[in-house]
Amino acid sequence: MPRPLINIPRKVKRGSSFDIRILLAHPMESGQRRDDFGKAIPRDIIRSVHCTYAGEEIIRVDLFPAIAANPFLVFSARAFESGPIVFTWTDDQGVASFDTVDLVVE
Amino acid sequence: MQDDDTQNPAFLWVLQAESLWTTRAGTANKSCADCHGAPAALKGIAAHYPAWNSAAAAPITLAQRINLCRTTHQGAPDFPPESDPLLALTTIVGLHSRGQPLDIDETGPLKPFIQAGQTLFNTRQGQLNLSCANCHEDRAGHRLGGALIPEGHANGYPQYRLEWQKLGSFPRRLRACMLGVRAEPLPPNAPDATNIELYLATRARGLKVETPAVRP
Amino acid sequence: MILPRRLLLIGTATMLATPAGATKSDVATAIAALTKGAPIRPGRVRLDLPLLVENGNAVAMTIDVPDPLPAGERVLSLHVFAEGNPLPGIVNAYFGPRAGLPRLSTRIRLATSQTVIAIAACADGTFWSDSVDLLVTLAACVEDS
Ligand code: HEC
Ligand code: HEC
Repeated sequence: MPRPLINIPRKVKRGSSFDIRILLAHPMESGQRRDDFGKAIPRDIIRSVHCTYAGEEIIRVDLFPAIAANPFLVFSARAFESGPIVFTWTDDQGVASFDTVDLVVE
Repeated sequence: MQDDDTQNPAFLWVLQAESLWTTRAGTANKSCADCHGAPAALKGIAAHYPAWNSAAAAPITLAQRINLCRTTHQGAPDFPPESDPLLALTTIVGLHSRGQPLDIDETGPLKPFIQAGQTLFNTRQGQLNLSCANCHEDRAGHRLGGALIPEGHANGYPQYRLEWQKLGSFPRRLRACMLGVRAEPLPPNAPDATNIELYLATRARGLKVETPAVRP
Repeated sequence: MILPRRLLLIGTATMLATPAGATKSDVATAIAALTKGAPIRPGRVRLDLPLLVENGNAVAMTIDVPDPLPAGERVLSLHVFAEGNPLPGIVNAYFGPRAGLPRLSTRIRLATSQTVIAIAACADGTFWSDSVDLLVTLAACVEDS
């Protein structure tokens, strides 16, 4: 699976809130579309995105076919200590992918 | 969406291009980076495309130029038109010309091709019997159903179109407009498509490259 | 020049979604499953969506709880439902211990003009809602693949 684009601030202050942005490469095929021959295109979406920071959960998001292709999510986390932010996303087949970025807290 | 790269889904292809750029391929076992260095070394060049190619004695698009490097310099099969790797590489080269004004040499051998493109732009076609100019000059700024008719500039390709839900090339955009007037769409790599792209680039002279643009 | 009306219809052949959609009662059922019948009050949560959508393929949406909550109170989750899409659910977000502000932004698909409803579930067992009635205009240009 192609890598996602993840954006977090370079450095954050302890105790502050900061934004995490993630753009995932995925067609989010809704299961509602038909191809040129009128055949239904099977559903194929990312069902859930999970994000942890230093081992504890920031957010878990359930996605439905109403999420646009190449899902873009922005959410907020609170800075405690430097540590890895781990993203896991799971598709309709149950296949999980993940990526990590390191957060620097000062 | 286009003003903020972190929100622009086209950058997923740029990310893909960064790894393609350094991947060795073909009988020459060379990567783009082996010959060109970093993509930034090709800064500004997309503003001059489509460009004259003396071997072909014709203008070629940026995507065709990249495929020429694939076949002649790398000894690898060319990427199919509209394939993700070709869109990705074209986008990363285009991105390094972002902000540069379009600047086609209109005096040299390109001249007759620009004129051919202009003629096509002004020729009525399809069952609806409309020319490109009928919409993009006479009706620009008006609405066609829900869509605003733009001036029809091609300075942001490859571009992410929400309707496509992915990145696409100028020839794909052109096919959609031709289908819209119920004309026979031009096949991939059609010289006429390159001529239209070339004419549009001269018509938009001075406008800045916006690759990768985002459009509805 | 008058553009023929049929031009506007060309796009529908390939883009057409299966017409069957969620109904108001599907959404009500989904919300009841979430609240287990607890009352829902207007307020606290804010749903930010454009009132006029030119392209239903990717509509920017933010849901948040903008004002500070009473001491000790927190938002457990945010949920969004659509009355005119093929399925009632759009997105659910559950906040963990490392969450910052209770907020989620994303881009959604809207099949038609409709009401979109956001619900916030708080730790004290209360539910809050906001909704937006929006108008979706159709894209005219055609698609070739
Ligand atoms: C073996 C060396 C070699 C490799 C590998 C190579 N190129 Fe090239 N490229 C060239 C040369 C030489 C030219 C100049 C035109 C010519 O002589 O063909 C060129 C020209 C270009 C141009 C046009 C530059 C201009 O000023 O108009 C682009 C764009 C380009 N290459 C992109 C790529 C990409 C993308 C790749 C990887 C897929 C690649 N090239 C791989 C040698 C290479
Ligand atoms: C019936 C009117 C109509 C005709 C005729 C037409 N187009 Fe278009 N074209 C549109 C509309 C509408 C859009 C914008 C679609 C959208 O944004 O959903 C568009 C978009 C474009 C764009 C993209 C502009 C951008 O900002 O990215 C280009 C380039 C273009 N057309 C070129 C052409 C060419 C070349 C022709 C002739 C072969 C042509 N069009 C014929 C209606 C037309």
